[in-house]
Amino acid sequence: MRLTYPTNIKILRVPCTGKVDVMYMLRCFQEGADGVYCVGCLEGNCHYNEGNLQCRERVNHIHDLLEEIGIEGDRVRMYNLSSGEGPTFAKFAQEMTEHILSLGPNPLKAKPRKVAAPA
Amino acid sequence: MIVAQRKPFAEIKEMLQGYNKVLNVGCGTCVSVCLTGGEKEVAVLNTELEMARRLDDDPIDIQGHTIERQCDREYLAELDSIIEEGKFDALMSMACGVGIQFLAERYPLIPTFPAVDTSGLAVNQTVGWYEERCRSCSQCVLGFTGGICPITMCAKRLLNGPCGGTNKGSCEISNDQPCAWFRIWERLSGQGRLDSIKKINTTRGWKDQAPRNLMQPGYKKPEKMVK
Ligand code: SF4
Ligand code: SF4
Ligand code: FES
Repeated sequence: MRLTYPTNIKILRVPCTGKVDVMYMLRCFQEGADGVYCVGCLEGNCHYNEGNLQCRERVNHIHDLLEEIGIEGDRVRMYNLSSGEGPTFAKFAQEMTEHILSLGPNPLKAKPRKVAAPA
Repeated sequence: MIVAQRKPFAEIKEMLQGYNKVLNVGCGTCVSVCLTGGEKEVAVLNTELEMARRLDDDPIDIQGHTIERQCDREYLAELDSIIEEGKFDALMSMACGVGIQFLAERYPLIPTFPAVDTSGLAVNQTVGWYEERCRSCSQCVLGFTGGICPITMCAKRLLNGPCGGTNKGSCEISNDQPCAWFRIWERLSGQGRLDSIKKINTTRGWKDQAPRNLMQPGYKKPEKMVK
């Protein structure tokens, strides 16, 4: 399969979406990412049973944290597919990219930090 | 264990308005176990604050440090040099109310703010779920209630059986809240000890309504600490 998907997406691989920590996602936005999405196995099919369900909870949590901070919560999303679904992966990538383009850049990008090192 | 909940973000942000260099101090014991105020929660809150203040064009330098226990002088001492060198204009604490006060007392010239609402003594039912079990009333009744606390579990703190609101095992405040006295009756009848709740309990001392001090027998306050 030679599928194309948007090149502005940076993929970070984890053994299971259950490994995705709240701090990973928050840090992405702090560093200026415009959007973050997690792609896990189909619900009920996680190799670690509930990793993807936990990830969904965390994605929802990050959604709320972003809203509290003053950034659109919808910049973070959760998707599910099975590992054999390359075309679905490409479709989600396309969908997320269009969605983020419609929201515009992360408003933090333009703002200078007080100290160079993160808190 | 002592449990606490993080305060709403807006409240925390409001408290820190006007402060530009802040140290957020976490506690590695109770509040770490209940996922409210340990090293990770300090990092999450600091990141949120850094981002929110930057969005407001009012950036903040917020640093974090988590010590083993904020209710112990030995551990608090570790902060002395950090605070002296850091020249912070405010401190924030993610420990329980006890730890927050001890931190504030050690550095009386620096404003100290709470980032959590301390909410009781609880058991860990499963990751992320903590159920209150004791209100530290200073007059424990578990001996005659079959090990179930009506001071905590009964909305009216009744000591002589249920009120009229008991509803098929639930409390009238909510169907999800078990009736303490129903549970007590169940437990004691299983043990053949129903007699234990047949005697009338008269008034309580309400010892938890005044400040309490615990001085163990065989110990005394050091001279220099007596007021
Ligand atoms: S400061 Fe509070 S949360 Fe921390 S160890 Fe002491 S009692 Fe527990
Ligand atoms: S009666 Fe309840 S509140 Fe009082 S000490 Fe015993 S468990 Fe705690
Ligand atoms: S193995 Fe857990 S989400 Fe795929």
